[in-house]
Amino acid sequence: MSKAAGLLILDYWVSPFCQRVKIALNEKGLQYEDRHENDLFGGKSELLLNSNPVYQKVPVFLHDGKPVCESTIIVSYIDETWSSPPLLPPCSYGRAQARFWADYIDKKVFDATGNIWRSKEVNVEAKNEFIGILKQLEEALGDKDYFNGATFGFVDIIAIPLTCWFLAVERIGGFTVAEECPKFSSWTKRCLQRESVAKALPDPEKVYEFVLMFRKMQGID
Amino acid sequence: MAGEVVLLDFWASPFAMRAKLALSEKGIAYECKEQDLLNKGPLLLQANPVHKKIPVLIHNGRSICESLIIVRYIDEVWSHVSPLLPSDPYRRSQALFWADYVEKNIYDLGKRIYVVQEDQAEAKEKLIQCLKTLETELGDKLYFGGDGIGFVDVALLPFSTWFQTYETSGNFSIQESCPKLVAWVERCREKPSVSEALPHPQKIYDFYLLFKEALGVK
Repeated sequence: MSKAAGLLILDYWVSPFCQRVKIALNEKGLQYEDRHENDLFGGKSELLLNSNPVYQKVPVFLHDGKPVCESTIIVSYIDETWSSPPLLPPCSYGRAQARFWADYIDKKVFDATGNIWRSKEVNVEAKNEFIGILKQLEEALGDKDYFNGATFGFVDIIAIPLTCWFLAVERIGGFTVAEECPKFSSWTKRCLQRESVAKALPDPEKVYEFVLMFRKMQGID
Repeated sequence: MAGEVVLLDFWASPFAMRAKLALSEKGIAYECKEQDLLNKGPLLLQANPVHKKIPVLIHNGRSICESLIIVRYIDEVWSHVSPLLPSDPYRRSQALFWADYVEKNIYDLGKRIYVVQEDQAEAKEKLIQCLKTLETELGDKLYFGGDGIGFVDVALLPFSTWFQTYETSGNFSIQESCPKLVAWVERCREKPSVSEALPHPQKIYDFYLLFKEALGVK
């Protein structure tokens, strides 16, 4: 593990966006301080409010005190600043494809999970939309071990933390990802075997507990 | 590196204009293929099967989709002329942040204004707030990119062709609230690379009047 001066992440334990940053840092073998925001609903820290005045959201990555915001941009920054191992393909076309799929995942996956777990009744349309998105990603994966190819990379990092929310989606939606999208399920298991990923992600059972608590708070349950 | 460059376009789309601005800034020759968005043809559907949207850049037969991704691709492939993104990773992350801010806000707020629904007043207020935030980011610089047109300029400038449409349909003045930003627009338009790539706001407004129904105006 190499020690780089002043690496800090403003974090919230259940946020898949924060987990993306931690996986990227782990992949690069970097040591960092993981500072937890305990109360995102009422008492955000001054450092968070000052370093992300536009959105006031986690994650914020501070490199020697200089803030970088928005998880996908942070992961890009980490990749460009510490070049080994590279998270993006070397050629411009490959990078454009990687960015396209990262953008697709960003636009679609988290909202689609929310449409299921925020719903009072079982929402068949939401389930079908969610499965459709995963099937599209299965097509993009093809026969490769990872979205990046033979090696774990950028798109894998952007996608894998979102899978921690799938247990909640399965239990509330009444289906399993393994049955509907086996290829996606295999890819998930493959990524979870990586130490950089396993130590950054929460137990999906804890995420499910969080979802149930959130549903109760919002009066859904 | 040169090779064949084709852009699947729609002339009034601010997203397609981003690609044209980048190509124009870099002096890249390309073939522009205007698409019928109400009746999408096989070329578009093959080139962008996931989103079925323009713009699509086809370079040496391979498609690149999503306007900001296209602009980054152009910037990387033709890196030796008029770089749009800074070379320093931190400054690059800041440029990407602001382009993403434009992406998250401007189109949706503008649309909420020109479709003239109940939330128009709220959308107007939010748009002005966003443009003021961008003005603050511009600061005293000539362009968001510093001394020359950069990534954030390319991301935002196309929406200025729709300002007249937002203002007229919303009955408000962007010039009044954001004079510095309007001055930036005018400064950019003085550059031939920009005026070649962007249509006149009046043409966009005429288009809006003609196609109100297709644009979602009830």
